[in-house]
Amino acid sequence: MSPSPKIESKPELDFGNAWDYATAPEGTQVVIQEKYGLFINGEFCPPRSKQFMDTVNPASEVVLAKIAIANHADVDLAVAAAKAAFPKWKRLKASERAKYLFRIARRIQERGRELAVLETLDGGKPIKESRDVDIPEAAKHFFYHAGWADKLDYAFPGLTGTPLGVCAQIIPWNFPLLMAAWKIAPALACGNTVVLKPAETTSLTALRLAEIFQEVGLPPGVVNIITGPGNSGAALAAHKDVQKLAFTGSTRVGKELARNLAGSGKRLTLELGGKSPNIIFEDASIDQAVDGVVQGIYFNQGHVCCAGSRLFVQEGIMEEVLARLAVRIASLRVGDPMDKNTDLGAINSLGQLATIKRYLEVGTAEGAHMHQSTAKLPKRGYWCAPTWFTEVQPSHTIAREEIFGPVLSVMSFRTPEEAITRANNTPYGLAAGIWTDKGSKIFEIASRLQAGVVWCNSYNRFDAASPFGGYKQSGFGREGGRQGLWSYLELKA
Amino acid sequence: MSIRTVDKVAVEARAASFQTRSIKNESKRQGLLMVTSMVDLTTLEGKDSAAKVRSLCQKAMLPDAALPHVPSVAAVCVYPRWVELARELLAGSGVKVASVASAFPSGQVDLATKLVDVRAAVQAGADEIDMVMHRGAFLSGQYEVVSAEIRAIKEACGGQHLKVILETGELETYDNVVRASELAIAAGADFIKTSTGKVQPAATMPVTLVMLETIRSHFLATGQMIGMKPAGGISRAKDALHYLVMVKETLGDAWLSAKWFRFGASSLLNDVLLQLHRLESGQYTAYYDVTES
Repeated sequence: MSPSPKIESKPELDFGNAWDYATAPEGTQVVIQEKYGLFINGEFCPPRSKQFMDTVNPASEVVLAKIAIANHADVDLAVAAAKAAFPKWKRLKASERAKYLFRIARRIQERGRELAVLETLDGGKPIKESRDVDIPEAAKHFFYHAGWADKLDYAFPGLTGTPLGVCAQIIPWNFPLLMAAWKIAPALACGNTVVLKPAETTSLTALRLAEIFQEVGLPPGVVNIITGPGNSGAALAAHKDVQKLAFTGSTRVGKELARNLAGSGKRLTLELGGKSPNIIFEDASIDQAVDGVVQGIYFNQGHVCCAGSRLFVQEGIMEEVLARLAVRIASLRVGDPMDKNTDLGAINSLGQLATIKRYLEVGTAEGAHMHQSTAKLPKRGYWCAPTWFTEVQPSHTIAREEIFGPVLSVMSFRTPEEAITRANNTPYGLAAGIWTDKGSKIFEIASRLQAGVVWCNSYNRFDAASPFGGYKQSGFGREGGRQGLWSYLELKA
Repeated sequence: MSIRTVDKVAVEARAASFQTRSIKNESKRQGLLMVTSMVDLTTLEGKDSAAKVRSLCQKAMLPDAALPHVPSVAAVCVYPRWVELARELLAGSGVKVASVASAFPSGQVDLATKLVDVRAAVQAGADEIDMVMHRGAFLSGQYEVVSAEIRAIKEACGGQHLKVILETGELETYDNVVRASELAIAAGADFIKTSTGKVQPAATMPVTLVMLETIRSHFLATGQMIGMKPAGGISRAKDALHYLVMVKETLGDAWLSAKWFRFGASSLLNDVLLQLHRLESGQYTAYYDVTES
């Protein structure tokens, strides 16, 4: 590389308003009821608890609806309905099960716009993402598993699979409908019945999915949806008639559930937190690597379990990468999630915003340098500007703990060996990214990273056919692909 | 020589992402006016005549008499033999005269002949010279030959503006596009330009993005601004707005000006005018409501 001429002050690009985009709001004409009950045995019913909680639009702090809180009695009813539906569902011809899954997928597509709007209103993510990622991917999972339903004998040659029974499924708030699809589709394809509990702050699209189940005539009790806070989920997990628990969420709750379930004979899969590394080598295509890193950490406001929250840059290109990172982040548009031009929306909840802010303080206090986009944030709602830290040391809290927000920790390395050591030096192991133009390096590094998914010159690419899951404290079990079916079948020779 | 590489899949995905921006109402209107002011209105045909150049120049100065607030275009782009006439017609209008030179479009003559071509165009009054890079030498690895030619032509331009046409359709890979861009910039190009319009594919969004990113790297390293001109194949107003989005989000405000960004196009202007008519009147206009130049 030729040395660049010395200059007094660094040249800066100005991403101002010489020509700005007019607001491009997506229409919000979606019917939201004032109050939602629980979906049990094919019907919406008021909760036995008689209690409700508010669900809030995090971009405006406006209450959207009241959501039922399920107590033990409600959980009993839901599990009983799933248990009662199981024998018939299990015996149903597999090709008929496939048809239901296929119909669900089609209805998700047909009601795609409505679901996208609802997802964005309830969760704060940009409409661009719910429209182009969440909803289409949810439909894809049902399509994909519709294909497996009558081909399970071919999934595990020489073995016969039988369903487990009632599956309890607890999902997080970052991809509400998509996570529901990840959980429900394989369970049903394998002949199980389900009780699903969406996250406290994002129940609306799961309840819409329940309407879709009614529309396609899914037999009552095959899927039941109960809402409520963590207690409702704990009650569900502990129920004696539940055969399997699939949980996606924080490592703290995952550990608690694992402890509670120990010795119960219930099967368990956990998809938990992450602190995934993105590694840029000096022979990478730098502009594209920076694009990928930005997408890897700021996608869905960083509310992504596999977010690339630790960035390792080879020392020789650190300055170049940091300059491009600043430029790329300056061009991100933060604000109204319903605007089609918004890149970063609202933080999902007040609680999560407080958590993120705490980490920003800790990062600064421990000696890292904080940088933030100067994007103007709306007055109401929960917001965090895209943030990155330089001068981060591997021992810093912000380099160790999952933040689950739009916060990137940038660190350096000198040799490939050092990159591998640093990348693996974490309690987590969900995903990793490698950026280099050299193929041989990709194979070498990828084989030595302890992560369930390793992306090469790309990040956050998902496919229903590709298994997803973690090493170490990122959990166990895989979702998606042929491997994802294991968790929902008993296999015999 | 640089070792910068481009990831094809990622750069094409990034280029496509600019097309998802929603440009409506006032921002569309402003964008279309900006596009107009950035057009190098071009005719580069064997059949070009004095009458054709006259109508082109008239259109360049006053794109549409029914839309008097629409600015004039940036330049007209012609072969060297029409420079003198264009110069005369455009005098005092602010519209520049650009001339292709250096044995456009293939460049398959020796350097001495190219220099004669360039000097003639400058002599005749061209403000800007659009030269073609020596692709044969480039693809056979003779970078010094390519570079020396550009430097010689730059010198022959005197103080006039030099745009170097890379002919990306013949370079084929994005890595080549980066290398050619860097080489042209180092040799003194004021602008880098994608294509002659005579080879397919001509300008595409990914290829333009790769060049914009090379300009950005050069700027971040040196503080020097280089201009960009995609040419050939951009004929719809909507596409031009997507290019503007790409410039805005890659290089920022400073490049959103005819001084640093141009569209080399012949039919684009009329589509822009049709869209402007629609924004003014709320109704779609027929193609025959705008004049062919």
